[in-house]
Amino acid sequence: MNEIRTNKATPALSVRGLSYSFPEGPVLFEKLDFSIRAGEFVALLAPSGAGKTTLFRLLAGLVKPAAGEIVLGGLSESKAPRKKSRIGYMPQRDCLMPWRSVLDNAALGLELSGVSRQEARRQVRELLPSFGLEGTEEKMPHELSGGMRQRVSFLRSLLSGGDPLLLDEPFSALDAMTRAGMQEWLLQIWEQHRKTVLFITHDVDEALLLSDRVLVASSSPISSLLEFEVALPRPRDYSAVLEPSFIQLKRQVLEQLGRTPATRGGIV
Amino acid sequence: MKKQIKTVLPVTIFILLLAALWELATTVFEVPHFILPRLSDVFISLWENRTLLGRHFVLTLGEALLGLALSVAVGVSVAIWMERFSLAKRTLYPLIMASQTIPIIALSPIMVMWFGYGIWSKISVVILFTFFPIAVNTSDGFRTADPGIGELMKTMGASKRDLFLKWKLPSALPGFFTGLKLAATISVGGAALGEWLGGESGLGVYTKRASNMLRGEAVFSGVLLLSIMGIILFLTVRWLESRVLAKRAPSDEADK
Repeated sequence: MNEIRTNKATPALSVRGLSYSFPEGPVLFEKLDFSIRAGEFVALLAPSGAGKTTLFRLLAGLVKPAAGEIVLGGLSESKAPRKKSRIGYMPQRDCLMPWRSVLDNAALGLELSGVSRQEARRQVRELLPSFGLEGTEEKMPHELSGGMRQRVSFLRSLLSGGDPLLLDEPFSALDAMTRAGMQEWLLQIWEQHRKTVLFITHDVDEALLLSDRVLVASSSPISSLLEFEVALPRPRDYSAVLEPSFIQLKRQVLEQLGRTPATRGGIV
Repeated sequence: MKKQIKTVLPVTIFILLLAALWELATTVFEVPHFILPRLSDVFISLWENRTLLGRHFVLTLGEALLGLALSVAVGVSVAIWMERFSLAKRTLYPLIMASQTIPIIALSPIMVMWFGYGIWSKISVVILFTFFPIAVNTSDGFRTADPGIGELMKTMGASKRDLFLKWKLPSALPGFFTGLKLAATISVGGAALGEWLGGESGLGVYTKRASNMLRGEAVFSGVLLLSIMGIILFLTVRWLESRVLAKRAPSDEADK
């Protein structure tokens, strides 16, 4: 099967029949299917506590699914090369090492994949300016603001070379102002790198603003995802949230999540 | 500089006041010297016996340092072992904790029975005193390593070796130093106790002999030197800690 696929048709990530439940806990996913094309920015929108982070842990290979298959770049999990990192994971908390400088924190992924320290640092230095981190090379994490820490964390994931990038609510801990700034910044960075991204969030605006496609999980256990194409032109900036087409899309998504007055009225 | 004066000045003045009060009270009330010697006599005794005391000081310091070094080696090894193998942890950790209910002072004479009156009985008493804080604090340091960093490293394909060297070990350093600071202070007491139980020289022996002869000023000069030794060891470890952890957030900011 894998051989006859051309590169273009191969999704960067495809999940088939994924089932998982916590040991002696509720079922989280049941026969879930979805896939992400290479170079696509997809947001996964789900209410809190729906198992979003568990899904990331499954995709990152940190926990094993009960059933089903996770295929990355055409290679199923078992065939994937062991040593190399498969996905680029950006956790919810920045998880920066307090004993490492910005430079060495960002170089962690490269270092672990066997790149020499010097070369790793060179690659980090090259990207620091476009990440708005110029001059912070030798700073320690506690000397940075929350937004800057998330940028270092994102740079670290990007440089780890994994594909796709899994971003787990990376901006949820930031205040509203910083957050909007970070969303615009991510849009810019993404324009430059065009990496495949799966972005988990519970914020509808954030999902629509950033992505090409929004997947909505509204059932529990999650057995299927509703899909919304976000046809807003790129490059985008924060003002896109005021476009009528954006607002219309937002209304549709909210309806699916059961948050609009019409459904709350109990007609359905 | 001004800030330093502000922190050091009050305690210095207080100590000087206490010293003056001591000198004054012992003179005015004519307290017998075997109850409380005059402070000036303590210093005179210190000066008159300076060569002898110097020799004892070096010996006791050597015992404390050697015992401390061995404790670090054994304590850290045990902590690493418990970290590597959960069976070792489940077996040893409760035992190490329970061992703290054994009064070490009562156990110390056994060390003399085993190792004789030479230097090794003193060193083994120091190890008895200092092993626990080092092993337990280092082990706790390993345990409190941020699991998020470990998971992230696993997604990046980190090996077990990577995880240990780049995550667990640096995470355990603050705990290790907390343990070492405690251990450094009590190592002096351990060495002195070891000397008391049977020995030829060292500050412990000196103070014991002096107290047998009811020479209060000599006892106090020995005690004074022991305290100074403890303070020196503590400050040395604290300096070492500040050098090693210099770049990290000060501990009160660590959770920010």
